[in-house]
Amino acid sequence: MAEAVKLSVNGGPVTVPAGAMVSAAVALAGVSAFRKSVNGEPRGPLCGMGTCFECRVTVNGRAHVRSCQVPCEAGMEVRTDAILLDVTRNPV
Amino acid sequence: MRASYDVAIAGGGIVGAACAAECAAAGLSVVVVEPGPIGGGATAAGMGHIVVMDDSPAQVALTLYSRQLWIELARELPADVEYLPCGTMWVAAGEDEMAEVRRKKQVYDGIGVKAEVLGPQALAEAEPNLRPGLAGGLFVADDSVIYAPCAARFLLDRRPVERVAQRAVELTRDGIKLHDGTAIAAGITVNATGAWAPELTPGIEVRKRKGHLVITDRYPGFVHAVLIELGYLKSAHSTTADSVAFNAQPRRTGQVLLGSSRQYGAEDTAIETHMLHRMLQRAREYMPGLGELTAVRTWTGFRAATPDKLPLIGPVPGNERLYLATGHEGLGITTSLATGRLLADQVVGRPSAIPCEPYLPGRKQEASHG
Repeated sequence: MAEAVKLSVNGGPVTVPAGAMVSAAVALAGVSAFRKSVNGEPRGPLCGMGTCFECRVTVNGRAHVRSCQVPCEAGMEVRTDAILLDVTRNPV
Repeated sequence: MRASYDVAIAGGGIVGAACAAECAAAGLSVVVVEPGPIGGGATAAGMGHIVVMDDSPAQVALTLYSRQLWIELARELPADVEYLPCGTMWVAAGEDEMAEVRRKKQVYDGIGVKAEVLGPQALAEAEPNLRPGLAGGLFVADDSVIYAPCAARFLLDRRPVERVAQRAVELTRDGIKLHDGTAIAAGITVNATGAWAPELTPGIEVRKRKGHLVITDRYPGFVHAVLIELGYLKSAHSTTADSVAFNAQPRRTGQVLLGSSRQYGAEDTAIETHMLHRMLQRAREYMPGLGELTAVRTWTGFRAATPDKLPLIGPVPGNERLYLATGHEGLGITTSLATGRLLADQVVGRPSAIPCEPYLPGRKQEASHG
């Protein structure tokens, strides 16, 4: 059994084997909508190889990180609930 | 398509669309000839900044009048126009530029434009991603941002305006000759083809001025107002050298739109890496954190520049039936609505809210600011 790595997803603790990608940790946390599209639709991993950009999450405060390309690190803070922008209405 | 129209407009950018909308609102029959998508040229390439500029009294008059027309229209704009009343922050790097801030403030006070002087701390609080140590800024609250191609489409859709999806190959004395040889007869013909206007009306003083832009992924709150370095004015004024200036804009999507560059004599639409590099270097000098953001697209466009930095709005000397509506340089989105209004005023012979003379094609042009 590989060494375990502890990190957080949306503030909750998740433990994964060393070498697991952030996308796996997010999935283990039970999250299926990794991010929201510009019109608020849920998005999640499609290609798993860094090409589709659908699995982007916020890692340690840095937005738009492709979760399928970044290995988990101890203490990492992952968020999938970044602010949803409402672009469907006129602000005035 | 009818046999003849009161007004035939070549060019379906935001200026052509605004002219069409105003002529139609005045009860005239109008056709717009545009081979590409509506607002697909410089209208789509530009930043969509609605801003009062004070290079000259005539520029103040036109931008202020037009901004007022945008404010009046704001509530009617559909969501896809992404109207964002975020204001403009003119950023002063040092004390010499604070003197310019105070000069601008005085001008704006004199014309009733809300403007607030910020010291270094207030600027840092308003825009925390600017680098520390800047001298201050001038915040102009009623400036805004739109997504201009959708605004152009909205202007055409709200009035009865016909569209012909063809290229205008010639503006004749009696209308527009199309690519397929068809002639559209019109009482008044308008050349609103932006930087390409000299191809249809040879001899007019309009030159292409190339610009580069970059847009990032979504980083809501990274910038709050449209940020422009006061050095921008030097860049915009240069009539010869290639120049860049820091200009960062928030979009409704949370994206950051980054400019700007200015080049004469560049006809190729390709991205020029050295210009892009200079532009982004300049941006990072003001906002070091920009280097951490992901860019999703870069592109270029062509401004229609005139020697005196004012557009050409009105009839061509010697041909009272051929009008120009071009030469808006970097202010075409801002001044489109006023352009449409002033053009329609002249076509139907009614008084204008501001004098038309400074923008008439027949004026004597002197290059401003060397």
